[in-house]
Amino acid sequence: MPFIPHTEDDIRSMLATIGAPSIEALFDEIPPALRAKGLDGIPPGLSEMEIGRLMSERARRDGRPLSFLGAGAYEHHIPSAVWAITTRGEFYSAYTPYQAEASQGTLQVIHEYQTMMASLTGMEVSNASLYDGGSAVAEAALMAVRAHRRSKSLRVIVPSTVNPDYRRVALSTAGNQGLRFETVPYVRDSGCIDLAALGAYAGEDIAALVIQQPNFFGQLEDVDALTDWAHAQGMLVIAVVNPTSLAVLEPPGDWGAKGADICVGEGQPLGVPLSSGGPYFGFMTTRLELVRSMPGRIVGRTVDLEGRAGYTLTLQAREQHIRRGKATSNICTNQGLLMTAATIYMTLLGPTGLAQIAEVSLARTAQLVAALTRLPGVQVAFTGPRFHEAVLRLDRPVAGVLRALEAQGVLGGVDLSADFPELGPALLVCATETKTAADIERYAAALGQALQASRAA
Amino acid sequence: MNQTLEKSIFEYSRPGRVAAAQLPPSGSEGAADAVRAALPEALRRRKAPLLPEVSELDAVRHFTRLSQLNFSIDTNFYPLGSCTMKYNPKACNQYAMLPEFLARHPRAPESQGQGFLECMFELQEMLKEVTGMSAVSLSPMAGAHGEFAGVAMIRAYHRARGDLARNEIIVPEAAHGTNPATATMCGCVVKEIPVDAEGDVDLAALERAVGPNTAGIMLTNPSTLGVFERKIGEVARIVHGAGGLLYYDGANLNAILGKVRPGDMGFDVIHMNLHKTFSTPHGGGGPGAGAVGVAARLEPFLPVPIVAHGEGGYRWLAEAERPQSIGRLSAFMGNAGVLLRAYVYMRMLGREGMSRVGEFATLNANYLQARLRDAGYELAYPTRRASHEFIVTMKKQARELEVTAMDIAKRLLDHGFHAPTTYFPLLVPECLLIEPTETESKETLDAFVEAMVAILAEAQADSAKLKGAPYTMPVRRLDDVRAAKQLELTWKPPQAATMAG
Repeated sequence: MPFIPHTEDDIRSMLATIGAPSIEALFDEIPPALRAKGLDGIPPGLSEMEIGRLMSERARRDGRPLSFLGAGAYEHHIPSAVWAITTRGEFYSAYTPYQAEASQGTLQVIHEYQTMMASLTGMEVSNASLYDGGSAVAEAALMAVRAHRRSKSLRVIVPSTVNPDYRRVALSTAGNQGLRFETVPYVRDSGCIDLAALGAYAGEDIAALVIQQPNFFGQLEDVDALTDWAHAQGMLVIAVVNPTSLAVLEPPGDWGAKGADICVGEGQPLGVPLSSGGPYFGFMTTRLELVRSMPGRIVGRTVDLEGRAGYTLTLQAREQHIRRGKATSNICTNQGLLMTAATIYMTLLGPTGLAQIAEVSLARTAQLVAALTRLPGVQVAFTGPRFHEAVLRLDRPVAGVLRALEAQGVLGGVDLSADFPELGPALLVCATETKTAADIERYAAALGQALQASRAA
Repeated sequence: MNQTLEKSIFEYSRPGRVAAAQLPPSGSEGAADAVRAALPEALRRRKAPLLPEVSELDAVRHFTRLSQLNFSIDTNFYPLGSCTMKYNPKACNQYAMLPEFLARHPRAPESQGQGFLECMFELQEMLKEVTGMSAVSLSPMAGAHGEFAGVAMIRAYHRARGDLARNEIIVPEAAHGTNPATATMCGCVVKEIPVDAEGDVDLAALERAVGPNTAGIMLTNPSTLGVFERKIGEVARIVHGAGGLLYYDGANLNAILGKVRPGDMGFDVIHMNLHKTFSTPHGGGGPGAGAVGVAARLEPFLPVPIVAHGEGGYRWLAEAERPQSIGRLSAFMGNAGVLLRAYVYMRMLGREGMSRVGEFATLNANYLQARLRDAGYELAYPTRRASHEFIVTMKKQARELEVTAMDIAKRLLDHGFHAPTTYFPLLVPECLLIEPTETESKETLDAFVEAMVAILAEAQADSAKLKGAPYTMPVRRLDDVRAAKQLELTWKPPQAATMAG
């Protein structure tokens, strides 16, 4: 019996202590009509060796193509120490740190994580993480509506330069509570928020403006002007940021005259493997005065009976197990293990390493854009500064080009035609520090061939 | 244990120290110039973030030492009621972390993920089989997230029928706090109903609670009181009769795995905590996975994406194929790596192993319940069978000796056992909710009983000693009031901290 240690003697003696004739008798309170008839649809069990073979075969089938995909999940080198430590049983198999005395390791990691995230984003406080970037945007919108003191407005502006999947998650999550999301278009030249269109909302009763930086296209928004404009209208500002970029980009706490109010984002670039989309973690930081409106776990430093420093979950009066129906959120867990990995990652990289990762990623993307736009029929879609992603316009339909690239072992980017049909055939590409000059040449050669083949067909 | 506390990583930091092996490869020297050329001054960061400047060895030692301050399943018995802290097999982690699985980008084409998608499809099929539901979506990322999906589907179902008044969710008073919080998040009104003296739902109160506004009821079965809800058939008839739906909170699915299926009990929607029943790790508070299952009439509303299998192989179904879906709950496709771990676990157990989970979880709980009762601990529901967990109440000791459930819990830490769940469910005074799980041996359970016997004796002989526990942990009891009043939510350099204080 896998993972069940009982011997026949154990079973006999335990049943005797209980005073039950059989294990079956322990289920005698369940109405017989409800009893399961067996689990015929489940295959017979496998030994560890057999499941190992099966999984290795399936993994091999998926392969490891050369990838230039980004759009919210980014390939970065992960130091070996990150997951060697994160998967230690003491972190991996521990529960949420409710028993603080027996969980000081996890609690201190969270406190160090909170310190790093608050500083990286230029904010004062951080929670212990949320599910992922998309759900963090949804939670930030709900929090902004709660924290917005001037009115009870349920409207939040989410420009079309915010990751479309984040917009979908926000709607599925917060729509049931009556939140309404207003969309603002982008300028066709710059790929940035259309300030004139945004200006139409001046004077309206709106809880918050969401600003993604770098935006979904990889372009850099004029965050200072946007933040000041929103604050002048009495709106809160929700910043959605890439944590790697913050090593070189102005942190949300410094945006405009007063800084953003809530900062969220996808934490995956900080040492979390791509892994088909999860588990990742969302981060959330804010100003101290808004901390009681923030959802999720928060760890504080305090003292024990003997005056020694120690760590504990705090501000729990906001949470579901105390407040039940009146809680700030139904969130029960954070993404503890991923947050642990991110803390170790940020420690190993330090301010120097993280800045170099950001710089090299930006430089590689610039090289990629230069190499690809040398090809006939490939143009960069937007002018202006960008981070480590760019939108390219092709003169052929994107789907066929991507299939041809895939046949050559290259994942060439994300097809934007479904979410942004107005762009025509457009491709979102990304290169991080993991891409070498040779990788970029290989992509350029493959794209040249694919376009040529497409024109000939 | 008695470790000295590990200092903060920031105290190891020295300006200019780097873990040089982790810097990007050589040949990147021009990058900083490229950044200056590409980024206008106004968009650039001016002051470096407060991140540690340490060597790789400093980092490895620090975080390894921190890990050693934790209790975990790998090091300690962890009878935390309602949390199902069973052994997390190492194979599940190893095979979910194969390099190709880790490297796969969420937007990689389906053709580059057939191996992964086959695992996901088979996981959906196996979860349907063990729960008796018609369809499953794997995308919710935790139990509470699955709950949210479930209640959102109930709302969407009523709305799609034009039944717009149904916004009340009935919740028994013993329910997890997430149940009412979820209902509120879905824009519903919560109606709590009582349970009777033996732990079953009060049917008369339920009859009074249902009506034309009833959207549904959220139930855990076995309930959070550690007993099987015997009147589940009547509950289903009453709620269905009133036009409402039944929601199954899968927190306690481990108790009945292979024995009873929620679908056969009449439930319309369920969420499963894969991090409980299917042994994916708790990770110090996540990641979880809260897959949802539904009866046929709710299938169109399942959250996307869902894996389908057809002639072209395995593929995701998204908004276009599922126009009535409650939508997308994660930017991509949920906690894929957690789902792979659950898949490996289910395949290793197979159909025989799976049906033994409920049996041995129940055997261990009833054994522990009998031994603690014989040792003088008062059971909250003495006439009932334990499910996979049971409740002990310390109300007598609290009255006579001024010893609380919390004191017992803290003293257990000194004996090397993680505490049971305390003060939940809320309606049993001074309670300990104890769940041993099927992966613990009789010797471990016996050792736990010995510790509980010693603690009870200590409560009678020297209650002051007990109230000071724990003594052997890295810290003694912590000042939670101070933590909430004098907020220290980030590390500050010592002199700055003094100035602020």
